[in-house]
Amino acid sequence: MSFSSWPKWLMLTALAIGILVPVLVGLGETIWAAFGILPALGRHTFSFSAWQQLFELPGLVTSLRLSLVSGFGATLVSLILALFGSAWVYNTSVKESFLSKVKPFVQAILVPILAAPHAAIAIGLAFLLAPSGWLARLFSPWLTAWELPPNLTTVQDLWGLSLMLGLIIKELPFLWLVSLVALKQIDVSRQLTLAQSMGYSHTVAWCKIIVPQLYPLIRLPVFVVLVYALSTVDMAQMLGPNNPPTLALATMRWYNDTNVQLLLPASAASILLGILIAASVLLWEVAVRTAILTSKVMIRSGDRTGKYSIFTGVLTTALPITVILGLLSLLVLALWSITWRWSFPNALPTSWSYHYWLQLITHVPLALQHSLIVALMSSGLALTLAVAWLEVQDRFGGHLYKLTLWFIYLPLLVPQIAFLYGLKVGFLRLGLNGSMMTVMWAHLLFVFPYTMLSLVDSWRALDKRYLQVAASLGRSSWHCFWHIKISLLLRPLLLAWAIGIAVSISQYLPTLMIGAGRVESLTVEAVSLASGADRRLVGVYGLLQALVPLLAYSFALLLPRLVALKK
Amino acid sequence: MTLHVNSTLPKRLGVILSLLAAGLLSSLGYSATASTAVTTTDVSSAGQWQQTLEQAAGETVYWHAWGGDGRTNDFITWVGDQTEALYDVKVKHVKLSSTAEAVTQVIAEKAAGENTNGAVDMIWINGPNFLAMKQQELLHGPFVNQLPNSKYLDLSTNSAASVDFTEAVAGLEVPWRLARFVFLVDSKRVQQVPLSMAQMLIWAQENPGRLTHPVISNFMGTTFLKQALIELTPDPSVLQQPATEQSFALATAPLWRWYDAIKPHLWRAGKSFPENEAIQQQMLSDGEVDIAMAFDPAAAAAGIASGLLPTSARVFVPSQGTLGNISFVAIPYNASHTAGSKVVANFLLQPETQAHMQNIDVLGSFSVLDPNKLDAQQAQVFAALPSSEALPTLVDLGPTLLEPHASWTTKLKQHWSQRYSQ
Repeated sequence: MSFSSWPKWLMLTALAIGILVPVLVGLGETIWAAFGILPALGRHTFSFSAWQQLFELPGLVTSLRLSLVSGFGATLVSLILALFGSAWVYNTSVKESFLSKVKPFVQAILVPILAAPHAAIAIGLAFLLAPSGWLARLFSPWLTAWELPPNLTTVQDLWGLSLMLGLIIKELPFLWLVSLVALKQIDVSRQLTLAQSMGYSHTVAWCKIIVPQLYPLIRLPVFVVLVYALSTVDMAQMLGPNNPPTLALATMRWYNDTNVQLLLPASAASILLGILIAASVLLWEVAVRTAILTSKVMIRSGDRTGKYSIFTGVLTTALPITVILGLLSLLVLALWSITWRWSFPNALPTSWSYHYWLQLITHVPLALQHSLIVALMSSGLALTLAVAWLEVQDRFGGHLYKLTLWFIYLPLLVPQIAFLYGLKVGFLRLGLNGSMMTVMWAHLLFVFPYTMLSLVDSWRALDKRYLQVAASLGRSSWHCFWHIKISLLLRPLLLAWAIGIAVSISQYLPTLMIGAGRVESLTVEAVSLASGADRRLVGVYGLLQALVPLLAYSFALLLPRLVALKK
Repeated sequence: MTLHVNSTLPKRLGVILSLLAAGLLSSLGYSATASTAVTTTDVSSAGQWQQTLEQAAGETVYWHAWGGDGRTNDFITWVGDQTEALYDVKVKHVKLSSTAEAVTQVIAEKAAGENTNGAVDMIWINGPNFLAMKQQELLHGPFVNQLPNSKYLDLSTNSAASVDFTEAVAGLEVPWRLARFVFLVDSKRVQQVPLSMAQMLIWAQENPGRLTHPVISNFMGTTFLKQALIELTPDPSVLQQPATEQSFALATAPLWRWYDAIKPHLWRAGKSFPENEAIQQQMLSDGEVDIAMAFDPAAAAAGIASGLLPTSARVFVPSQGTLGNISFVAIPYNASHTAGSKVVANFLLQPETQAHMQNIDVLGSFSVLDPNKLDAQQAQVFAALPSSEALPTLVDLGPTLLEPHASWTTKLKQHWSQRYSQ
């Protein structure tokens, strides 16, 4: 350690204390409990009984299967759709269809779905698809002859398909936008033109040439999606089956059971979920590598047209449907928020009311204030940390680059339940009981990695020649930082900040568990309301949840333009 | 605690008595928090209450209560506005999706050695959650006798307000609203309602897919099973004793036969269930099922008033009567604002508060006070409350069935999931 590189060590220490330690402390507490040690319940001796109890709980195997199927299914489908969607954006040969007119607006269309928290989309989608939902109402009774909702299983099905659909709807925009950003690092147009001049069709060229270059760039976001899909609680609560539910939701239920002795098998279950996730990520990576190996034969075959027509046909239909379902889910929330009564089979509410919005304006809920404060603080801090870390890496080099990246992303790769309960106990030991600060810290664990994730590529892609020119003109490195990096990267910086806001607003478990109910939030409120019967109130809160991040995104997209106009 | 300052003898006697009482209680597994052991001379004295009021002034009480019902949430907000104006005590409603979340919080605090500054000041609680907290010694008290308004309660042994799911309340929780299990129907769709569990089986066979119950992990789901159990079991008095393997097998055999028969005719063939009773009522409103359940006789009237149920929604109960219990509030042993919580709990027992709560336009939940202990003026406030077509009278509701001992609930849940959750 040389003296001159102290900022680097300072940064590393800050990251270790801020992120690594909380996760490890949390995991540690959970592991203790999983092996029988939970002094609060008078359990002091090491034992495997929690595990035995866990494996005897009915429905465990089904829960495991549900998690795996919906997790892998959602990740695979949304990845394929995202790759296909990116190909479509770059496909200049098809011009005539209506869809190609939408092309310039793709980002604007995807942003609301990206901005809306998982819970809001899930609530909307559940109402859209239910046998008594909006889709059924639109076509009843004139087409379906249903005077009463049919006895069909369309949501919360036993195979977890509706849960998978919900995850796909929510994750597709994320992977799609991430892909579009990553593609800017590849010279796509030139390579495609070259391939097409050699007789490759657009689709074949995309699969054989672009995808192999793109995938390594989006590997981490794909892992994040996989981990999220395997460990989601709020989405599973609204879209997944409940007898038994997915492993993550089952674990949450055991944590919250009236029989407090279930805390021990619940801890074991969250460790099991952690193992399951680690194994899944590994399995995914192995599968991808195998696919790459085997596909090399196909890539080299020289086949230029390929029998892809069925796939492209299916994908051309599936892609817009997925996006439209996402938008409709948000629209139906908006409708409910201004409804008084809306009974089956009316296509629209039978009586309207602005009662709840009025109530909201006269009584600005604490949930909104708290959510805003925590989101602004955690996203601001995350952005500062991310910039500091990247700048330190730039100036002092990064032989620890890979390692630090792993612990930055650690909170996204470990299931939340596995360390949040333990973290809560840890915070309590330090006397940090349910304060805004601890909730903000807990949010930071998730906001920071997402901010990094969205910023790191643009930062790296910045043309270094600007800096070299500035340096050769004798400008200090601080001058370069402020006047070149920050001003050139204003747009990605603001976007990263907006993503931070969205991530913070959508945090359910961290706010619920670390906030001890004292720190209210829109998402906790919305999920708790969704357990009640009032869709109108759920509509208001679901919409608010989506609006805050949407405002942040709009700000992030508009401000750079205003700045540019001024110049 | 300051009642016998002047005479040493009674003081000693009090100490001895309380030690004896504490020893007796703890030997039965009943001891509350050892530090605040039972004081037998807890008759509310004006001075002591004055002290509580002074201590409470300026406090904010974090009341952890299920947040899925808009009207209850509004009522809690109203309570907070009142206590703030009257006693300078604010109430923050911490909205839970399950009461167990609050229990888990207190356990986590105990695990971390946080024994004084807990996040939970007051919990809306009863039944198994109360039993769990009582057994783990997580509750403050006994304190019910310290509240001046406890004089309006019937606290005699075995009265509804002193037993919670057959578990002795022991002064550890304060009753605040009466709950009765009722069924809801849309009277436009269903003319003939099933008036017993046996009839319900026939009804389900004739109307496949139109009946369901909340998941068994939810208390309303277990309540439905318990209601069926009481009607079907050969000797319901057994249910008042703790369940043993033997008594459980014997008492529940007819229940499982009945359930096996009805299950294929349930909504989604009994393979999937609504998460809780609110979702089930939503399904009734959407027309997905014909029968819903509630723990509130005013559920239909309240649902109509707030636009959540069709105007034709009505309440019915089986002719043998239905389960009834009382909602309580309790204070955790490590609550930060114990005095404030007591002030709020006492306010809940105010006759005017109870009448406001019983008003169909507010909550429509029946009062927990003993009508015989109210004076003429107070009784008049109750008599003057508005009524509604969808609101049953106490006579309509028939007899109240006693909750089985909490061990039956736990066992019913376990056995149900072993049988039907794969």
